[in-house]
Amino acid sequence: MDLRLPSKVLEHILSFVDSNEDRNSVSLVCKSWFETERRTRKRVIVRNCYAVTPEAVARRFPEMRSLTLKGKPHFADYNLVPDGWGGYAWPWIEAMAVKCPSLEELRLKRMVVTDECLEKIAASFKDFKVLVLTSCEGFSTDGLAAIAVACSNLRELELRECIVEDLGGDWLSYFPETLTSLVSLDFSCLDSEVKLSDLERLVSRSPNLKSLKLNRAVSLDALGSLLRLAPQLVELGTGSFSDKLDQEAVSKLSQAFSEMKELKSLSGLWDVLPEYIPLLYSVCPGLTSLNLSYATVQMPNLVELLTRCSNLQKLWVMDLIEDKGLEVVASSCKELRELRVFPSGAEGLNDTNVAMTEQGLVSVSEGCPNLESVLYFCVQFTNAAMITIARNRPNLKCFRLCVMEPFAPDHKTQKPLDEGFKAIVERCKDLQRLSVSGLLTDKAFEYIGTHGKKLRMLSIAFAGDSDLMLHHLLSGCESLNKLEIRDCPFGDTALLENAAKLETMRSLWMSSCCVSFGACKLLSQKMPKLNVEVIDEHPLETRPDSSPVERIYIYRTLAGPRLDMPEFVWTIQKNPEIGVSHLAIK
Amino acid sequence: MSYQLLSVDKEGLATSPGLKERNYMGLSDCSSVDSSTIPNVDKKSSLNFKATELRLGLPESSQSPQRETDFGLLSPRTPDEKLLFPLLPCKDHASGNKRGYLAKSGSNNAPASKAQVVGWPPIRSYRKNTMASSTSKNTNEVGLGPLFVKVSMDGAPYLRKVDLRTYTCYQHLSSALEKMFSCFTLGQCGLHGAHGRERMSEVKLKDLLHGSEFVLTYEDKDGDWMLVGDVPWEIFTESCRKLKIMKGSDSIGLAPSAVEKSKNKD
Repeated sequence: MDLRLPSKVLEHILSFVDSNEDRNSVSLVCKSWFETERRTRKRVIVRNCYAVTPEAVARRFPEMRSLTLKGKPHFADYNLVPDGWGGYAWPWIEAMAVKCPSLEELRLKRMVVTDECLEKIAASFKDFKVLVLTSCEGFSTDGLAAIAVACSNLRELELRECIVEDLGGDWLSYFPETLTSLVSLDFSCLDSEVKLSDLERLVSRSPNLKSLKLNRAVSLDALGSLLRLAPQLVELGTGSFSDKLDQEAVSKLSQAFSEMKELKSLSGLWDVLPEYIPLLYSVCPGLTSLNLSYATVQMPNLVELLTRCSNLQKLWVMDLIEDKGLEVVASSCKELRELRVFPSGAEGLNDTNVAMTEQGLVSVSEGCPNLESVLYFCVQFTNAAMITIARNRPNLKCFRLCVMEPFAPDHKTQKPLDEGFKAIVERCKDLQRLSVSGLLTDKAFEYIGTHGKKLRMLSIAFAGDSDLMLHHLLSGCESLNKLEIRDCPFGDTALLENAAKLETMRSLWMSSCCVSFGACKLLSQKMPKLNVEVIDEHPLETRPDSSPVERIYIYRTLAGPRLDMPEFVWTIQKNPEIGVSHLAIK
Repeated sequence: MSYQLLSVDKEGLATSPGLKERNYMGLSDCSSVDSSTIPNVDKKSSLNFKATELRLGLPESSQSPQRETDFGLLSPRTPDEKLLFPLLPCKDHASGNKRGYLAKSGSNNAPASKAQVVGWPPIRSYRKNTMASSTSKNTNEVGLGPLFVKVSMDGAPYLRKVDLRTYTCYQHLSSALEKMFSCFTLGQCGLHGAHGRERMSEVKLKDLLHGSEFVLTYEDKDGDWMLVGDVPWEIFTESCRKLKIMKGSDSIGLAPSAVEKSKNKD
């Protein structure tokens, strides 16, 4: 008697399984389940573009319609990865153009995307619908024109914090009159002015438009007319909020905002003048997401706004909000889940001393029962504050504390912040992401290793005393997936002792630590399933084994050593003299 | 404040009660590995606790008196007061600008957070650039702005743009255009790499451009189409409104002597 589930039945069942994590489990059951699952998976996510080849992905998932790729390691965001390291989108686009021409959606993060890539997308995927580029670079507005002109079913075009060579705003004018399917447009990171009349026409012929994020060059006046054309928007990113408007224009704009009954997310607000903040009052009660992180507005002006945002779940602000402002958040925004506080004073941009201490975060932790994700830049912190926060919010899933002064101790007791982080990892049993800072000894990492069992991503800078730190983490944190470390005094021993752990993780990044070239070689030899990349812009001539490496990036891979390494990346398989290899880099 | 290192066992590796050596490498004992492959404990100074006593803080700390400690490992100046392991010559690394953070911040009295360390505080470049431009929003740039002109090519589906100010001479412009438009002339040649691509564009596009197949023309401010290369570069940048890469056969109406000139202007 054949007890196997007919594949048609299994297919039908699988059509209800959306989560890729579940699908991965399904594919491990047996060969026939593997086959059925792979033939029906439409949404593929590859979180390290070098972990697998594009051909292998295309072969395994022939019905793929949506591909998400991530390229450079996270610390590339902070300029720790030299230019030219890699993360090229071209090989993927080229492969998919041939093997998956029905691809509809492409989401790329931290990758190098060139105009040729965009042209290729436009030319190859007839039913292309969604392009989302996050923290990408390498292309110009000419490439956007190619997408605009050719993708007749385009639904989403989003550029999130990309570095784009801006050659002017007329790329927008290339959207044909026949394009009416637009649902989301985000060009907030571009500089040049687009032609307002073309933008207005585009918006008017897009009845499904739900998300519009303008760039800074779009004036406040223009915003008014756009809002009148698209009152159905759910997400809005304004342009510059600072032109001087006459009374009539102001009241028209106010009217336009009050017509926006569906608005849930608001961002942009560059250069917002305090006198225009009341324009936003009418949409506040409906907002679940508010991004004020580019609004250089001082605290008193924010209070009225925040008291009205009773349904807010996500708030991004600058530290100009101060402790007092966060107290207002704590009492008004009871639904808050995510808080990010960015520094206004980094890099000497703003030398005024902002009154932002640990107290602000403590208030929010007390007042907001659903708070689960925190990113907090500040100048100082205390163990007592962290202990209080942990006690208040054991439901924290993401805790990223950045005390901006390296080695800063508890400013009241002058002790290391070990006990504070201990409280966090001990109490917050579901903590998945943690970034530590301030003065920390090995003890802190012993605590993290002991208690951080669900921790998946950990970021460390200027901390610890010795190899024990790394050892605690690698041997203790069972769920550890991504570990990134900079400027910490350890390396070889803990790395080599815990080498097998590295195969269970996506990646490990260490820069300005004490890892020797010899250890890298040894690790490479013993762990063939890992790519051990030594990224050294100034290597010594002879490279003795004891010489420390500038950066090491280790990741598991099925694809073997990559073929597009620049000169300054060394792996054991590559002869350093060969230099740039011959893979197409477009 | 100081932190005692954990006790040192006879093999020179610091251990603690809960710590087990993992034998993933197929090595019986880490310390038995040839010391030339892994930097090992400096056995001669192994039990000098004072020397190995770790103290934390910044070198030359002229800052808060509570922070009297010295982050010896990262200090380029005190090779003796070092951690027991790892024993790498981290002092050699002081040239890196990340290490330079400590030297810099120690040497001037500015608060540590204002020192220039790469990637610290961890803020995305995009955000830094945006904030920087908002503070300098009101300062107008002195000098000439960019001079964008559209470049079209027969057979290419849409236009490119170039900023004439970024070029200094015709040769410069010509090679930039070659690179830009090579994907159209070469089509699906199956380019397989940076070197291959350059070679092909050298061989083919140059022939195409400098042979009779394609010529570079421009529309001047009077609306006339001229061959590029006739006039001095500065006059050209002032009068050029549009560029066009035309098929040679279409450029017959233009002055033949100019065609000769542009061929020779290599």
